[in-house]
Amino acid sequence: MKKYTITALVANKSGVLTRVSGLFARRGFNIESLCVCTTEDEALSRMTIVLNGDDAILAQMTKQLDKLIDVKKIAVADEGNTIYRELLLVKVSAPADKRSEIIEIKEVYKAKIVDLSPETLVLEITGEPNKLDGFVQVIEPYGILEMARTGVTALSRGASCLNDLVDYNESI
Amino acid sequence: MKLKGAEILIQCLKEQGVDTVFGYPGGCVLDIYDAIYRDGSIRHILTAHEQGASHAADGYARATGKTGVCLATSGPGATNLVTGIATAYMDSVPLVAITGNVTVSNLGRDSFQEVDIAGITMPVTKHNYIVKDITKLAQTVREAFYIANAGRKGPVLIDIPKNIQTEECDYQPQAPERYVPKAVPAQALERVRAALEGAKRPLILAGGGCVRSGASQNLYALAQKLQAPVCCTLMGLGAYPASDGQYLGMIGMHGTDAAAKAFRRADAVIACGMRFSDRVAGNREKFREGKTIIQFDIDAAEIDKNVPADLSVMADVNETLKSLLPLLEQGERKEWLKEVSAYKEYEAAHFDSGLPAYRILSALKNFTDADTPVATDVGQHQMWAAQFCAFDKPRTFISSGGLGTMGFGMGAAIGACVGTGKKTVLVTGDGSFHMNLNELCTAVSQKLPLIILLMDNNCLGMVRQWQTLFYGKRYSQTTLDRKTDYCKLAEAFGAEGMTIACEADILPVLGRAFAAEGPVLVDCKIGIDDKVLPMIAPGKSFDDIITKI
Repeated sequence: MKKYTITALVANKSGVLTRVSGLFARRGFNIESLCVCTTEDEALSRMTIVLNGDDAILAQMTKQLDKLIDVKKIAVADEGNTIYRELLLVKVSAPADKRSEIIEIKEVYKAKIVDLSPETLVLEITGEPNKLDGFVQVIEPYGILEMARTGVTALSRGASCLNDLVDYNESI
Repeated sequence: MKLKGAEILIQCLKEQGVDTVFGYPGGCVLDIYDAIYRDGSIRHILTAHEQGASHAADGYARATGKTGVCLATSGPGATNLVTGIATAYMDSVPLVAITGNVTVSNLGRDSFQEVDIAGITMPVTKHNYIVKDITKLAQTVREAFYIANAGRKGPVLIDIPKNIQTEECDYQPQAPERYVPKAVPAQALERVRAALEGAKRPLILAGGGCVRSGASQNLYALAQKLQAPVCCTLMGLGAYPASDGQYLGMIGMHGTDAAAKAFRRADAVIACGMRFSDRVAGNREKFREGKTIIQFDIDAAEIDKNVPADLSVMADVNETLKSLLPLLEQGERKEWLKEVSAYKEYEAAHFDSGLPAYRILSALKNFTDADTPVATDVGQHQMWAAQFCAFDKPRTFISSGGLGTMGFGMGAAIGACVGTGKKTVLVTGDGSFHMNLNELCTAVSQKLPLIILLMDNNCLGMVRQWQTLFYGKRYSQTTLDRKTDYCKLAEAFGAEGMTIACEADILPVLGRAFAAEGPVLVDCKIGIDDKVLPMIAPGKSFDDIITKI
């Protein structure tokens, strides 16, 4: 099993997420994360999808995805040429005697404290998914009460833009 | 000019050349039906049930090549269309389904006869719409027709809430945008040319794509140029003339022995608009052993989906063949054609013609011509029709292949008959017929020249065949202890009923049936243990063909 990141520009209207997720469900594609957000063009949303599978599954998934009328552009992220980011919010148990240790770890990872209560801390960290994984691992022994990850979002490096690409199924 | 939404819909249908709509009225489409009434130029075929309307629109589209249109009200009207839409989706039939819905302000409140039909049909349509803004209505209808016909064809649904039908908006007529197939990639063609010229024993497999794209003429030219034999899938029947010497018959689970033998020997397979469904490919791994697989398909997602292709051209199959033909040199494959002819002759010599279904269906040609549409339901009778009626022209065999919808036949035959205006044959079985026999009333009120040949074995024959072969003859729920008198039933509906009880009845009864003007139901008595052969068991390869039991 490999991990692939697919970015897509889709019509910004109701039902599009259902079309995309319904397609994955009925064709049995195994999705690790799906991140949807607005773009510079209000008619379009951007999806970043992380797929677990092999090359054949990836090919089917992208081709089927491109057939959806509301999916305008798609690309499979080229690992070496893509910026991946994810945001994590984590609520950790932080009694007074452990607080300074946690703050030390936070410094190393360049995380931020965004909320403080007598018993807990909420930390925010942004980075590549594996950096977040590492952070979670280190912070875990202190007691994670709750956490939220946005799922990965990705953008290619350099001047090329997703919207400038030719239709995916035309390019293969 | 300012028009009400319902009127805009009718105008937009007329823009697209729609002259026939199959449907059923109801609360949330009253305004549309009022607009149809006042306009007066669209022929509306009222069915007995919305499912019949969806199959009729499908049969109409398959037989004519035009887009089929069906119309139903919200809630149950809409859900009754679903089987028909799914049937059209699996067989790539251009269909536009229009449903009414409750007013936009009542959507999402579980209102009377409200259902999320767009949500329900998402997996079985190419695309669907809920029109919540009257200014988007005309554009939506135009897009729907375009999408239904662009690339790989298929159904599109438009859900129109009731208030949109009554609101007014400016309407400007617009000529329909026609789908123009994309250019065929030249590099891919060149690789195909090289591979074909090097092939010693090429075999052409023609699928439903050849019918949909109108590729028959170029398909024939390809077979001539390559000097290659041709097999059709169930969906491809009629795309290549069955009476031609290079034709080996249907390929797949119930394909011919000659097709199976030729397939095993072929070193290159040219798959034209077919998708290697499990009913054709059987064992997917074994399917491609020792062969170069060349695939022409308009749908990128079909390439490498079921069987990986060595070479592929992603384009309209007719355009592909048109571009490929001038590149090919005239082939010489006398030995190969001689070899496959021997397979064909062997099969003919060993063919057991004792089956009543064979005798009845092969006698049909005395009463029909090459243009006669033959619709089927699903089951043994469907396979017999596929095997024994020789289809020489595309769009004459109307059958549910992908979804395998029992109950498809009555509606589909009505649609094909309405669309072509020709005397139409429906081959059905007693199981399938009971599912939607209510549409007999539609055929009667429309005075359709429809001849229904009902293969009556008092059982669910295909399921029974599987129970015989794979379930130790445990006939669970497949023996029909029904007392339906089909002649009386036909008469009760206002049609004629006849019976073929023995061989001597075949010609005289068919003669009377074809001489009748309106719908005729012929009850054809066949044996409970009649089998469809040859057969390749599911998941098996062409080596495992069963020709005798």
